[in-house]
Amino acid sequence: MPPILQGIITIIIGVGGCVGYFYAANLFLDKVLFPARGPNAGRNINRANIVRPWVFLFPAVFALGLYLVYPVVGSFIRSMYDRSGDEFVGAGNYIRLFNNPDFRQAFLNNILWALVVPAVTTFMGLLIAQLTDRLKWGNIAKSIIFMPMAISFVGASLIWKFVYAQDPDLGIINAIRASFGGEALDPLQIPFWNNFLLMVILIWIQTGFSMVILSAALRGVPEETIEAAIIDGANPFQVFFKIKVPQIIGTIVVVWTTITILVLKVFDIVYTMTGGNYGTEILPSFMMDFMFRDDGQATAVAFVIMLVVLPVMIWNIVQARKEMR
Amino acid sequence: MDNIAGQKSGLSIVTNVAVFIIVLLWLIPTVGLFVSSFRDRDQISASGWWEAPFSVELSYRTRADDAPTRDGDLFVAQGNIFETGEVRDQFASGANSIAAFGLRGREPGAFAAGETVENRDGGTVVVNADGGYVYTSPEPIDDAGPRLYFLAETPPDFTMSNYAEVLTGLDEEERAQEIASGATFGELLFEETGIFRNFINTLTVTIPATIIPILIAAFAAYALAWMDFPGRGFLIACVVGLLVVPLQLALVPLLNLHNQIGIGQSFLGIWLAHTGFGLPLAVYLLRNYMVGLPRDIIESAKVDGATDFQIFTKIILPLSFPALASFAIFQFLWTWNDLLVAKVFLPSTGDAQVMTVKIADDLLGSRGGDWGILATAAFVSIAIPLVVFFSMQRYLVRGLLAGSVK
Repeated sequence: MPPILQGIITIIIGVGGCVGYFYAANLFLDKVLFPARGPNAGRNINRANIVRPWVFLFPAVFALGLYLVYPVVGSFIRSMYDRSGDEFVGAGNYIRLFNNPDFRQAFLNNILWALVVPAVTTFMGLLIAQLTDRLKWGNIAKSIIFMPMAISFVGASLIWKFVYAQDPDLGIINAIRASFGGEALDPLQIPFWNNFLLMVILIWIQTGFSMVILSAALRGVPEETIEAAIIDGANPFQVFFKIKVPQIIGTIVVVWTTITILVLKVFDIVYTMTGGNYGTEILPSFMMDFMFRDDGQATAVAFVIMLVVLPVMIWNIVQARKEMR
Repeated sequence: MDNIAGQKSGLSIVTNVAVFIIVLLWLIPTVGLFVSSFRDRDQISASGWWEAPFSVELSYRTRADDAPTRDGDLFVAQGNIFETGEVRDQFASGANSIAAFGLRGREPGAFAAGETVENRDGGTVVVNADGGYVYTSPEPIDDAGPRLYFLAETPPDFTMSNYAEVLTGLDEEERAQEIASGATFGELLFEETGIFRNFINTLTVTIPATIIPILIAAFAAYALAWMDFPGRGFLIACVVGLLVVPLQLALVPLLNLHNQIGIGQSFLGIWLAHTGFGLPLAVYLLRNYMVGLPRDIIESAKVDGATDFQIFTKIILPLSFPALASFAIFQFLWTWNDLLVAKVFLPSTGDAQVMTVKIADDLLGSRGGDWGILATAAFVSIAIPLVVFFSMQRYLVRGLLAGSVK
């Protein structure tokens, strides 16, 4: 069967099955299980209404439970067994990890990523949002800066491989160096600093996201407060930092959190650019080294990643509950 | 509002310039890739893409294969180097000049054009700037002719051949052979080696993995937003918490589960995985949006006797279009661009490979130095997301804002 046809058939089955479930489940509920007819019509309608939310929710709750809740527990249990999953080793995998210098390197790099990328991205996004807000061609500028959001991390990595290429006839960095008479070097092999060169890629991708959200927030700042500040003699920098920023601090925190979460999920960039060599390993790429070989160690790394994100998660839930009241 | 205090002009120039520089910085990497994807392989390694519109000096090798004549003690071969057999095709368009020539491959430009130099067997060689050469030797010259190397200014050469090579996985010669033996270009697209196959695979993964979570999430979001049942608040908090769960946790336990229930590494498996991983954001965004819909409409529909299913399909779904579109774009981009989930939930080789895996594992490994091919492959993989993104950007932004700015 040609691949296109095969693809189309699988798509129809997948999507059709899903639509079918909701339609059939409702029909079953209304016509067969609790029909709104006969002597018990009133009671049946009430019962149907008690059951219906769960009919609507069931696929989502089931998928969330299976694909996100179960793995948290499953990974934790698995991380306490050895390579093949037969023998209980307790904290053995974790102890081995923390004795592994590569893991410690990956852990430190990961923390560096989690600190630098959200900070720079949020700051750049805020700056660009403010700068473009009053330009005539601001929307075009915003579209261009937002564009990398659409590009895959793999694609973006290739794009930046060109920028960082060692050959001065390929890489812009080395071309600029060469025009000042510098020797060609491989930027990605400079220990420590190469981490920042990789972060630049993620910053390049994500600044657009932060800019769009912060720009909307900046527009929501009431004009009266700004006018009052200007009349009182505030200069544009004071208006920005002392009037606008404090009023959108909530949104800044949301953006910061979202990007922090993304950083902890990022894997493609390091994998494609350096493969974790030259001291650029981060936890997700370190975990991939164990994937398919040593599930005990792999899940232990995954659980460490989870622990790093836990405070953000709790903070999110607390925030959401507050809003619902 | 900003120019109340009368300080518009100075600052506005600075702003314009600053934004212009930032936009330039943001564009340069992508433009470089785009230009490189159309350049000839030799040209890419000879000059930077920013010099693409200009001629570059490339080195060539050929043989002085014009029939030798005898002149006293000497054997002489002469003619025009651009018309010698090995390079004739490359200079078919005419009008070229030689910058330098050489006798050894290591130094193709050892001597300036027009200089007369001694060759190894005691004769002389000269190659003039217009390509005319004279090669003399005290010994007979064989028919193949002696080797000559030269540097020539070559005009820019923009070509689609990188794209043809990436899509079919066959280089120019192999394509010519296949077409000579009766295959059409369309058939070549489906060769196992080409990226077009991976392109179809990516689509097969992406379309259901976008539509299924939206359907499921829309029903769930409606229930969480507008239906009353015990445990609603707890479920919402769960969804918010699950937004943050790192994907990595799910890989090992779920792959084992998939293997146990017999779906293993397959399309079905990856759809389910993407559905599960995309759901928290979908439910969260859609619920936030649906809660904001006017209560009156829903209540009056209920008074008129509409069931929840009718309210959902006839009122809520059409009204939620911006949020649905926004999430659809998000999920599409995310599944299209995903590398990690595909590496784990799809077989790593052969028929089911998606584009990101093909590029990251195959092309970067085997064609690591072939920049033209890499640039083109990257461009093939980002073309569809860019089109979707730019045509639907409005909805993406609107949905993003509905969910995240309070």
